Amino acid sequence: MSQMSKIVRTLSNIAFPFIMIFGFYVIAHGHLTPGGGFQGGAVVASGCIMLLVAYGSTWVFEKIKVSRLSVFESLGALGFIGVAFFGLLFGGWFFNNFLVRNGILFNIVPKTGSTAAEFNTAGVLPLMNFAVGVKVIAGLFVIVLVMAYASSLKEWKQ
Amino acid sequence: MNWFELITLHSPPLIVAVPLLTAFLTPLVSKINEIVRNLFVLIMLCITGLLVLILGYDVLTNGIRTYVFGGGAPLPSGMNIPVRIMFEIDSMTIFMVIITIILAIICILYSWSFMKDQDGLDKYYTIILLLVTSIFGMELTGDLFNFFVFLEISCITSCALIAFYVHKKESLDAAFKYIVISSIGALFILFAIGLLYAQYNALNMATIANAIQFTFFDKIVLVLLVTGLAMKSGLAPMHMWLPDAYSSSPASVTFILVGATLAGLYGGLRVIFTIYGNQLLNTGFTFYPGLLIGIIITTLGVLSIFIGVFMALKRSDFKKMIAYTAVAEIGYMFLAIGSYLIGLALSVPDNPQMLVAGTYALKGGLFHILNDALDIGLLFLVAGAVYYATKQTSLNSLGGLARNMKYTTIFFLIGLLAVSGMPPMNGFASKLLIYQSTYQISPILSIIAIICSIMLLAVFVKVFQSIFLGPEIPSLKNVKEVPKSMLAAMALVACIIIFIGLFPNIIIDNLVTPAAEALQNTTSYISTIVGGA
Repeated sequence: MSQMSKIVRTLSNIAFPFIMIFGFYVIAHGHLTPGGGFQGGAVVASGCIMLLVAYGSTWVFEKIKVSRLSVFESLGALGFIGVAFFGLLFGGWFFNNFLVRNGILFNIVPKTGSTAAEFNTAGVLPLMNFAVGVKVIAGLFVIVLVMAYASSLKEWKQ
Repeated sequence: MNWFELITLHSPPLIVAVPLLTAFLTPLVSKINEIVRNLFVLIMLCITGLLVLILGYDVLTNGIRTYVFGGGAPLPSGMNIPVRIMFEIDSMTIFMVIITIILAIICILYSWSFMKDQDGLDKYYTIILLLVTSIFGMELTGDLFNFFVFLEISCITSCALIAFYVHKKESLDAAFKYIVISSIGALFILFAIGLLYAQYNALNMATIANAIQFTFFDKIVLVLLVTGLAMKSGLAPMHMWLPDAYSSSPASVTFILVGATLAGLYGGLRVIFTIYGNQLLNTGFTFYPGLLIGIIITTLGVLSIFIGVFMALKRSDFKKMIAYTAVAEIGYMFLAIGSYLIGLALSVPDNPQMLVAGTYALKGGLFHILNDALDIGLLFLVAGAVYYATKQTSLNSLGGLARNMKYTTIFFLIGLLAVSGMPPMNGFASKLLIYQSTYQISPILSIIAIICSIMLLAVFVKVFQSIFLGPEIPSLKNVKEVPKSMLAAMALVACIIIFIGLFPNIIIDNLVTPAAEALQNTTSYISTIVGGA
């Protein structure tokens, strides 16, 4: 895929940071507001895919290696299952929420009613959301990259 | 609490979690070395096998065991119904889990040399382990929605594995057919779970089984669940994906796919015997629901036997022949299960010997699950070995292989005798149970079963004669025996087959009878969660 016109590239440059911030917000607030690791990861990955479409696949292949992304994907899944194993080690049960109302960071009981969202609540849930987010970002981006690679193979043949 | 009790307590989630962890560690480990990766996968599966043995010993001696994810109590903070995800393990589960771990370890051992020349092997091992995880999950879970999630994982991973030979159009075709049919089946199951949740506000199997009323919606749910799971397990009218998928995937993949199919069958058993177990003899109708289900399942089972055997007779591609035989073998299991349901319904007024016959049929059917997995699996492994050595699957271009491949020939002979139910092998024990018990339900069923079994022998004698015997073919003169890891895998299966064939009582008394009792005893499954603890 070759790159698109200058108007498209400029607009995607402007939109890219906002998409990233929104995506990371959805991941980080997954335990408080609607959304979570999967939804936020899909937003971030679609931001990256927008750059891929605007700048063309050749430019992206110079910047990013697929093998490195698949390592990230494995790490995301390992993070999720690792937190579940930590629950078994520290909490006594598999998937136990051993961090909630515990330790330095999460020792908070949020007030009921409408408050400013307390970010450091819910124990392992934000950590699992981050892990899922990393996996979804890497996974979705790899899928589209492979599709782009297949289509550019066809172009190189012609 | 000493360490052994601790491991026993936590073994149910670990049986699922260890293969899952291994699946995602494999891409990282495979960056080191191929041998390290293969050893790592094999060792982790052996650890899982050890956990299965520990859990199995505990469940068979102490009864049903439950595990609640995230905490000890099934009823957190004053709820009336179990809301947390829960594993419930009874003897039936243990029986299926043991079959799965045997299949998984032998599959990994076999793929060590069989898949050596292929690309993308780290992803292959990852997907195989994810498939094993999903089969374990389907078998261990006590929660309907959790069952659906694991079913979807098994659909997607099986599709990816069937399409492993991406350069062949048959395997892409088979994978597409498989994903379409199993997605439709999974949607049936999801819809049925939604209907159950809308009525009873619960997803836990025991809670639903306790509350079920057999209303109009429950009948729809029963039809949807049984149809969806029969699609997964390849019962006759929905069997068309199975021969394609089995014959066009690599042999090691087929071996584990047999396990995935049997997990679908296990889901069907759970639905009929546990969720609807107390409604089988519901008296509010002109005839018992159990009788109707039994007659339908038996008819479909006989139909699968017929279709499987006759389609196998007229094929000339021997992997396809074995795949159609697998359809026929699934038919034998459904025939036995349907016979039990008919026997149960007929026994009610004053005819207890029907229930005895039905119970023997159920035992035969369950025993046949184990035997089918091993027999059909061994035949597929031999087919893979022949393909590995000659790159041919058509009967017309093969011949005289017994000269160069002695051990493979012996293993094929063992598999042949076992599938067609000849005395020294394990297939004889389970098929004899099925023949004897179905004869008391209806003689015509057992006559059909025996005739089709004889025709299976005819199919495989033809295959054996044209592949291994006969004159030497010039193009196959330099064929060599397959590598040692493949021979070891086949020898392991053959040893288990002969062991079960010589001492069937050990397996029947220690595994099959507890499993059949666990299926029949719906009340204890329910009361473990709802009434007691």
